[in-house]
Formats: sequence, structure tokens, C-alpha cells
Amino acid sequence: MERNFASFVKKESLHILRDTRTMLVVMLIPIILMILFGFAISTEVNNVNVAVVAPERTDGVHDAVERLAQNGYFTFKGYISQNEIDQCLRSGKANAVVVFAQGYDRRAAQAAAGIETKPIIQLIFDASNVNTAGSASAYMQSVLLGTASQQAMFETRMLFNPQMKSAYNFVPGIMGLIFILVCAMMTSVSIVREKEVGTMEVLLVSPVRPVKIIFAKMIPYFAISCIVLVTILLLARYLLGVPMTGGVCGIFSLSLLYLLLSLSLGLLVSTIATTQVAALLISAMVMMMPILMLSGMLFPIENLPIFFQVVSNIVPARWYIDAVRKMMIQGLPIMAVWKNCVILLGMTAVILAVSLKKFKDKLE
Amino acid sequence: MNDIVISVRDLTKRFGDFTAVDHISFDVRRGEIFGFLGANGAGKTTAMRMLCGLSYPTSGSGTVAGFDVRTEGELIKRHIGYMSQRFSLYNDLTVWENMRLFAGIYGLTAKQTNERATELLERLNFSSERNTLVGSLPLGWKQKLSFVIATIHRPDVVFLDEPTGGVDPVTRRQFWEMIYEAAENGTTIFVTTHYMDEAEYCTRASIMVDGKVCALDTPARLKQQFAAESMDEVFRTLARGAQRGE
Amino acid sequence: MAVIEVQNLSKSYGNVKALDGVSFSVERGELFGLIGPDGAGKTTLFRLLTTLINPDSGSATVDGYDIRDEYLAIRSRVGYMPGRFSLYPDLSVEENLQFFAAMFGVTMEESYELIAPIYKQIEPFRKRRAGKLSGGMKQKLALSCALIHNPGVLFLDEPTTGVDAVSRSEFWDMLAGLKEHGITILVSTPYMDEASRCDRIALCCEGRILEIDTPEGIVQGFDRPLYGISAKNMFALLERAREVNGVVDCYPFGEKHHLVVGDGFDEKKFRNALADIEGIEISTVKPTIEDMFIKLMKR
Repeated sequence: MERNFASFVKKESLHILRDTRTMLVVMLIPIILMILFGFAISTEVNNVNVAVVAPERTDGVHDAVERLAQNGYFTFKGYISQNEIDQCLRSGKANAVVVFAQGYDRRAAQAAAGIETKPIIQLIFDASNVNTAGSASAYMQSVLLGTASQQAMFETRMLFNPQMKSAYNFVPGIMGLIFILVCAMMTSVSIVREKEVGTMEVLLVSPVRPVKIIFAKMIPYFAISCIVLVTILLLARYLLGVPMTGGVCGIFSLSLLYLLLSLSLGLLVSTIATTQVAALLISAMVMMMPILMLSGMLFPIENLPIFFQVVSNIVPARWYIDAVRKMMIQGLPIMAVWKNCVILLGMTAVILAVSLKKFKDKLE
Repeated sequence: MNDIVISVRDLTKRFGDFTAVDHISFDVRRGEIFGFLGANGAGKTTAMRMLCGLSYPTSGSGTVAGFDVRTEGELIKRHIGYMSQRFSLYNDLTVWENMRLFAGIYGLTAKQTNERATELLERLNFSSERNTLVGSLPLGWKQKLSFVIATIHRPDVVFLDEPTGGVDPVTRRQFWEMIYEAAENGTTIFVTTHYMDEAEYCTRASIMVDGKVCALDTPARLKQQFAAESMDEVFRTLARGAQRGE
Repeated sequence: MAVIEVQNLSKSYGNVKALDGVSFSVERGELFGLIGPDGAGKTTLFRLLTTLINPDSGSATVDGYDIRDEYLAIRSRVGYMPGRFSLYPDLSVEENLQFFAAMFGVTMEESYELIAPIYKQIEPFRKRRAGKLSGGMKQKLALSCALIHNPGVLFLDEPTTGVDAVSRSEFWDMLAGLKEHGITILVSTPYMDEASRCDRIALCCEGRILEIDTPEGIVQGFDRPLYGISAKNMFALLERAREVNGVVDCYPFGEKHHLVVGDGFDEKKFRNALADIEGIEISTVKPTIEDMFIKLMKR
């Protein structure tokens, strides 16, 4: 019986390998998404042109400007006068203007001593791109306050991702999406194809048990997903420079669990759908939409209405993305996300059990 | 009125260096039931596509209902009817909606549509079913209905693609009666099929092998010529020599 | 002992009765044909006997095993060729065969003797993808795959539909060859002319069996005189012939119309009544299975 299992896996692999177009799409989508989210669709602070208004060019001012100019994310465009600010931002010569108050050095020292309470630096931003402005202002504050932080009246620090690089945020999201796409969608379509073509009839009228058919189908897709996983991790590390200080092993093991979950989901879909089109639609509508909307991939879960926050608890991607984020960006070890692991494990068990129960060895 | 409805001379279609239809010539008279037979891959479908104005011949000439297959494809489409066993009617529309749809496609006015559809349903003894979904009709009824719809615009020629495969013997007879009647009223019937027993009903039948028409006569004379009991036997004698598959 | 034993089997889908109390039995080594149009319930019957679906009522055994309770035993003993092409189009001829062999835990070599007469015809194309084969070759491959584990019973659901006349005839020759190996074959077809190639046939219509007998026996059951009539205008002939006294039925039958007549029929009177129809010819003809089918359907 081992032999027929092996030949099943072989046959399934042949299907995949011969469908070059689908193969290409599966391999390219992660790469394209990574590049797209990593570079093109970016809310990160990059190339912010800064002009400075300083009534007196004191040492303190020079220090601060120097820090901005040295920073790779800001470009110092020169000094302007108070009444040029508006025109400068409108023309796009600068995206931000830093205004130092009269007597900056003195008041900075007073602020350090706790005497001065009024603001001494004003940041004016072109907020037509809200995201960029928001992240840039936060980052700029941290840069300007860098050396003078002990004198600051308040302290905001962006931990783990101080430049607010969006790729960091998107990598876990993309992973959450891609594996559902590859595992769930492709397995469900491939099982349903056998129903549609009629080969399922022949397979059922044979001594092979359906459970075997199913696991044999999962193996090649699992292998492909592993390749995709490695590709994504490599791209994340070397192309986008995600540090992954928490250890790749943890991320990898958690992802394997998530792959298994996606495969089970695909199986579940295949027990419901009778045509390939239906399988695609169910995968797209029932699985992709919640991932995009409710998993924290695009919108932070805390910002959702309470109802959707509750609903988001049953979206597996939410727990996966959250855990990967913690490990990839915060550098936490896998032990720190044990709760997510347990939840994902539970979900996998339930989905797998339900779909195996639902997968009948009869046509009705 | 011209008595030749379909006239084809040396009609040829090549795809690259593959000659799907190889210099075929024949005439079909008004009111004839013409059987166009051949194995899968013999070139039947390609030839019929050219006759329906869906594809241009590589060389040769032909007219259908008086229009040139090389230049007047659009006019041909308006003067022919087409019925296939595979695609015929929309199952999720009612009998009446299907009739209205196809009448509209062939440019009938609302008044014409109403008159003809009512008349056709009456002749089919089917008026009570006009608001029934086509999907819930028995197969035989669907087939009869799709023939009626294929002739709703009173075309000169109707192309039937394997019209009665899989239908029960009684319904099948009713179907052929309808075809006889249409032919009697001057409609030319062009039947493509690889079911040889459908060929027995034709006035004349042609048999295509490897892109060429290699026999054309009445079924009776063909059977005589090949000393065969049935068209099936005639066909097998001819098709065994075929070189190419599908 | 009967290899297939069917008793009062019924199956409905919604309010459509696909199969309505069907009973028959097939002996070992018999080639049994289910003849009937689409919608006769042939496919439903095959799915029941191959244990793909459960009956609503009635019972059946295949090779002594109950289709409901012992379906796993049946599945390893039968070969099944469903109505539509059911192989993997993206795998080659050889890969398809190897796959099905492995599924049943056999090797191609073990069954080679049985499938050789069929497989040899497609062996030259063994590297070709199954999807690129012609209809006749696909059918031969499907039959080889169904035979790979040397099954005792073979279920063939409309194997010749959509296949040209030459391949159809070859296919029946192959089935005759398989009978020599003692395989019991249940085959369905909508073509009446194929019925004569079976040992016994069941005429099926709308979920019921109209008659079961040998092909000769069925034809002998047609107990009325039958004439073939033709004329120049076939349509007029048809309409007029039906009005003549003593004519029970008249229907198109290829190049002639078949005329079923009753007691009050007189050939001379018939000719006189239709004297105005040009080129009329009348002769007695032998009834066919199709004539019998029409008679049974109209009863």
C-alpha cells in the first residue's frame, strides 16, 4: 500500500509540474507582492526634503540640522525665512520645515532644567500624504531629540522599527495571505477538478481510501509552499533588510503549522464545492477577504469596530500574522507567542477533523 | 427563385501545413435534407464553420443562401439557423424568454416575435408551457424546442449538429417528422453527424474522410454502391482507409 | 450463481425518479446491455452498483457482496469506466496506466496478458498525453485502465457515446474478446444497433426496464406485421398513411417509414387509398429492436 501512496504523490506532482502557468504564478506572486509592498506601496519615511527656519544659527541649531542632514531618510534643502515656508511646501521644494524658536540654545537648556514649558521646535509638514507625514514627523522628532532627549518635555520613541519601514509590517501580512492562496486555493481546486473531470468516480471505486487520496494531494502543495516560504524569508532578509532577530527557526516552525492549517482549509472547501469555479470563489471570498480586512494585515485590529474585532478572532491569519510580526520585528522567541501557536494548532485540528469527516467516499 | 441553396467549389482550409478541408465541392438543393457525415477529425466542423460564415476559406469558393462565404459572412449568419445538441437553449430562462431572446438576436420585431412564437408553440402543442423554465423540460422537448427556435427567423438553411443523439426512439421520430415538415416547406436542412443512423433519414448524404468528400449520393444508392446493409457499414468501409485521427 | 443481482432498486433525486423499482440479474461471463436513451436511469444504476451512491429502496449484490453494507469489498473487485472521459489529460498514456495499476496494488506486467489486445493498439502513443488522444484511443486507454487489476466484473457506462462508427465497432470486438477471459460485463448504450452485440439486453426508459431478453427474443416479441413504405414525398406519405384504416402506427425509420398494422389492414386497399402519392413502394420488413422499443414505449 506504500507503493500506491508514493505513486499518488508522484502523479500529483506531475499535475503541478505540467501546469507551468500556474506554477509560475505561484512562484512569482510572493516575489511580486514582496517587491510591491516593500518598495512601491510605501508609507515609510524616505527621501523627506527638509527646509529649516532658524532666526539665529547657533551651535544648538547647527547640531540639530547636522543630525537631520546625516540621516539617510532626510535631505537637508537649506535655510529659508519665515515667510517663505508656505511657498516652499506648496511648490514641493520641501516636504517638511523645521522652525527653531528664538533663543533656541538658551531655552533648550531651560527646558532641560524644567523651567521652560513652551515648545521650542515647530515641525510643519506637507500632509497631503497622511501616512508619510505621520511617520516622518514621528521619526523626525526622535532624530531631533536624539541627543537632547534628556531635555525633552515628552518622549516618543519608535521601538523595533524606528524608521517605520512599512515592509516590516507587510512581510508577515503577505505570508499570511500567500500560504492561504497557495495551499488552500490550489488544493481545493485540485481536488474539485477530479470531481469535475470524473476521475474521482474512478478513484472512489477502488480499494484506495479517500484519506490517502487527500494526504497524497497535500504533500506536493506542502512542498511548494515550503519553497515559497524560504523565498519569502530570503527576500525579506536580504532584499528588504528585515532583521529577524528573534530567530528564523521559530518563524519557520510557526509557518509550517500555518501551512498545515491552510491545507486543511483547502480540503474543507473541496468538500463543499462541486466545481472548480466554486472552489476558487469560496477561497477568494471566504478566505481572502477576512485576511485582507480582519487579520491586521492592512488595518490594525484595534482600529476595527468592536464587532469586527470579535469576528477577527476566528480568522487564523490574524493569529499567524500577529505572531510572525512579534518574532520578525520585535525579535521575540517563539515561546513568547505560545498563545498564538496553541490557537493555530487548535484551529488546524478542528478544521482537519471536520473536513475529513465531511469527505465522503460516496458521491452523495 | 434559385434552386441551389448551398454551392461549394474546391473549398479548402489549411492550418499551417495541415489541410483540414481539402478541395470539397457539392451542391445542396432547396428543401433537401443533406447529411454531412464523417469521423471525428475528418474536417466536418471546419467545413461547417466556413459555410456558416464563421471562418474564411484558404482557397476555393462557396455560396450559402446566395451569399459568398469569403466576403459575406455576416449576411450568411442572418439567413441561416443553427442547432447543436451541445449548446441550444438557456436552462434558466423560460420557453418564451428563450424564444424572445433568439428572435431578438436575429432581428425580428416585437410584433413578428409574438406572432411567430405563438404560432410555433401552438403547432408544437406547447402553449401551456410557455412560462416553464427550459431546464425543467424533458430532453426530447428541449430538442424539439431548440429546432423550432433555430427556425424562428425562417432561415433558408438550418444547420443541425448531431441533432438526435441520446434521444429516445419515439421523440426521435417526432423530431425527424418536424425536419421533414420544415424541408417540405422549403427549408434546406444540413445535418452534420457521426451517428450513421441519422444519415439514413437524409435525402442525400456525403461522407468526408481525411478532409475530402469521398462519397455523395442518396443513402439507398450508397448502400448499393458499397454492397452494404446500412449507412454504418458504408461509413466503416470508407473510414477504415482514413489516415489521420482527431 | 448470478454475479449481479438487482432487486426492486429505486433512487430519486428530488422529485425526479431516476430509477423506479428495477430488477434483473446477470450471470457469470455474460455480456449484458442496458439499452436506452439519456435519462433512462442507466448512469444512476451504474453508480448504485459501483457503490458510489446508496439506493433509496431495494437491494443489489455484486459478486455476492451487498452494495450498501459491503461496498469496500465490491470496490476492489470491479472495473469501472464512467460515462465521461475520466483519465488525467495531463498525464501520458503510460503514466495513467501506471497510476491506476499502483492504485490497485498491481503492476502493469501482471495484467499485461489481459490488456494486451487493447493496449497494443495505443502502445505506439504511450508517451502522448491522454488529453491529446483521439476519441477512440481515449476509450481504449480508459478500458485498459479499468481492466488493469483483472476485475471479475466490468461496468462500462456508455463507452461508445461520441465515438465514431469504426471505433465503436472495434470496441465491441474488444468486449467480445474479454468475455473469453470469463469477465462479466455490464454495458450501457443509447444506440439500438449495438444491442445485437450483447448476450442479453434490458430496454430501459424513464427509470424502468421495459423488457429483458436476448436480442433475438426481443425482436420475436414484435407480434404484428411490419411494412416499410417510401415515396417521393416522405412527409405527405407519413401524414396520409396514418389515416388509412387498419394502420396502428407509422413513423419515420431512416429512408423508409415503418408501418405497423392491425387486423383490418389490407395491402391492396392501402395502395388504393394512397394511389395519388408519387413513387410509392411497399414491402414487408423485419422488425428491429428499435421497433420493439417504440412499441413498448407507446404501450
